[in-house]
Amino acid sequence: MFNYEKYLRMNRFPHIWCTGCGIGVVLKALLRAIDSLKLSKDEVVMVSGIGCSSRATGYVDFNTLHTTHGRAIAFATGVKMAKPEMTVIVVSGDGDATAIGGNHYIHAARRNIDMTVILFNNHIYGMTGGQYSPTTPQGRFASTAPYGNLEAPFNTSGLAEAAGASFVARTTAYQVAQMERFMKQGIQKKGFSLIEVRTPCPVAYGRRNRLGSPVDMFKALKEGSLTKAQAEKMKPEELEGKIITGVLVDVEKPEYIDEYDKLIERVGKAVSG
Amino acid sequence: MANPKGRKVRMMQGNEACAEGALRAGLKFFAGYPITPSSEIAECLALKLPRRGGKFIQMEDEIAAMAAILGASLMGAKSMTATSGPGFSLKQENLGYATIAEIPCVVVNVQRGGPSTGLPTQAAQGDLMQARWGTHGDHPAIVLSASGVLEAFMQTVRAFNLSERFRTPVILLLDEIIGHINEKVVLPEEEEIEVLNRRRPTVPPEEYLPYAAAEDGVPPMANFGEGYRYHVTGLMHDETGFPTTIPEKVDHALRRINSKVDNHVEEIIEVNRFELEDARVAVVAYGATARSAKRAVTDAREKGLKVGLLRPLVLWPFPKEEILALAKDVSHIIVPELNLGQFAHEVEWAVCGKTEVVKLNRVDGEPIRPAQILDVIEKVS
Ligand SMILES: Cc1ncc(C[n+]2csc(CCOP(=O)(O)OP(=O)(O)O)c2C)c(N)n1
Ligand code: SF4
Repeated sequence: MFNYEKYLRMNRFPHIWCTGCGIGVVLKALLRAIDSLKLSKDEVVMVSGIGCSSRATGYVDFNTLHTTHGRAIAFATGVKMAKPEMTVIVVSGDGDATAIGGNHYIHAARRNIDMTVILFNNHIYGMTGGQYSPTTPQGRFASTAPYGNLEAPFNTSGLAEAAGASFVARTTAYQVAQMERFMKQGIQKKGFSLIEVRTPCPVAYGRRNRLGSPVDMFKALKEGSLTKAQAEKMKPEELEGKIITGVLVDVEKPEYIDEYDKLIERVGKAVSG
Repeated sequence: MANPKGRKVRMMQGNEACAEGALRAGLKFFAGYPITPSSEIAECLALKLPRRGGKFIQMEDEIAAMAAILGASLMGAKSMTATSGPGFSLKQENLGYATIAEIPCVVVNVQRGGPSTGLPTQAAQGDLMQARWGTHGDHPAIVLSASGVLEAFMQTVRAFNLSERFRTPVILLLDEIIGHINEKVVLPEEEEIEVLNRRRPTVPPEEYLPYAAAEDGVPPMANFGEGYRYHVTGLMHDETGFPTTIPEKVDHALRRINSKVDNHVEEIIEVNRFELEDARVAVVAYGATARSAKRAVTDAREKGLKVGLLRPLVLWPFPKEEILALAKDVSHIIVPELNLGQFAHEVEWAVCGKTEVVKLNRVDGEPIRPAQILDVIEKVS
């Protein structure tokens, strides 16, 4: 049995999350991924914004920074630049990362700064009671979409890819082994990594959309998922509403802080020489 | 920079002096977003920081810049951002975060005309109240001012020192005139400048309570990544750093962060007095306006008028005692400023009717000229 307690602040429990919520499952995978990399707890900085998922930083025994709504990646940029030897992991909700924080999300990906963003995509604003988010599918109900959501959702992984991330993977809270593996790969990758995890929010999203019990929602993740290879053989209309999982991007490209260090080397020498 | 033949005299711009002051104070990280009339600070640091092993980044907006400097400061890097009106508005939420999470940093606002995009290239002093109350909730504020290029340098160093000393953001409120003016300066030698650093914990990590204050209300600060793993949040928290809603703890925490400034007003406040000994009329002015005021006072003295100038170098906390003492000696206090009377309003509150407060305001983008102030001095003398 994996010893989660090694990484948890046990005196902070019980946690705030609802029964049946996917956040705990995702967090456990993240802890296993960190453990498998043999990182010391002192060298990990975990940064979050505001939301149910962002509360994760309060429960884990790292250097933890719970920031303002949407700004986790911007705080993390300063963290990483000031101490590049730290492993920087951002945990963020879909609203946090792609609505209010969308600008920081794309720009960090563009810079390819070395950090790993775990995006808890539950298609809703959980913490504030179920308002629609930039990833709520069209037609789904939310407290602020009582007649069904009119807006088209973001492809959040695609967004990170287009912006320049060097590693992008999508998985679901059902695929616990895959999730752990992608997280590990993302943390190992030098550059901006995004792990999008589709995760159920049975309370603020599932209930209003009649998606059944938490177990039904986990099952739906399983049944709605396809691998990238499977998806490539299918027609666009067949992919409607499906979750394409897998490593979507894994490329080598210059990392921002490496480049900055080279600059320091170059201009610092020019001055002293 | 030491010159054996004597000190180096340089022509320097106010914004450049601010950047130099930051470097002298130990700046290691700057994040910004371009905006007139502050951009020279960023430009200067983009050039100089990497040469000294520090880092500069142009973020995607001012919110991000403010966030990034807090992240960096938490890692132990002295950090700064610089902006002007519209950008200063965007920084407010994370400024509040800095006060509640007690993360030292310096925020420079080179004021221009507002509100909104206003007058991008012209001076104003309209952000005085925003600098005090811009972020929501009850919070402490330390806001410094400068009236010249050398002073911009010195005040930037002081801003860092105060932020490290009290674990709180410090705002340096400049204006377009001071930011862009060029003056001859002789920068002080390294050893003539006191540089303060945040107090570090003396206990081992397992005993460390990140928000347990020392007697002066300021908790020792461990930098992230040095073995003291703890939690930082903008939620109201107790000594452990974890969120709390227990009324006594919330009350204690909020009062304590405010008391850091309230209980050290004497240590923080600084005023400059000019020709005040026998003055019957006083001018109170800060920033660029104080330059005109000084000229006006000199001219008035030549005409035999008993007038002096009180120039606050710290705007917040407000120098209430100093103003009150002044009110006892003079018949009139003239407050010229490039806004509709924001500082004058505080002066009126401080003097409580003991003397007459005369406002002299300009909000047309032009500076207040010495002759305008002299005019008022002559009228009330
Ligand atoms: C500036 C600001 N605006 C709004 C809020 C209110 N707020 C808190 S959490 C949240 C949305 C959270 O949704 P998401 O990021 O998807 O995370 P989840 O709760 O679903 O995990 C909002 C709008 C806030 N805290 N700060
Ligand atoms: S509201 Fe939704 S996301 Fe938030 S804890 Fe409850 S189930 Fe989880």
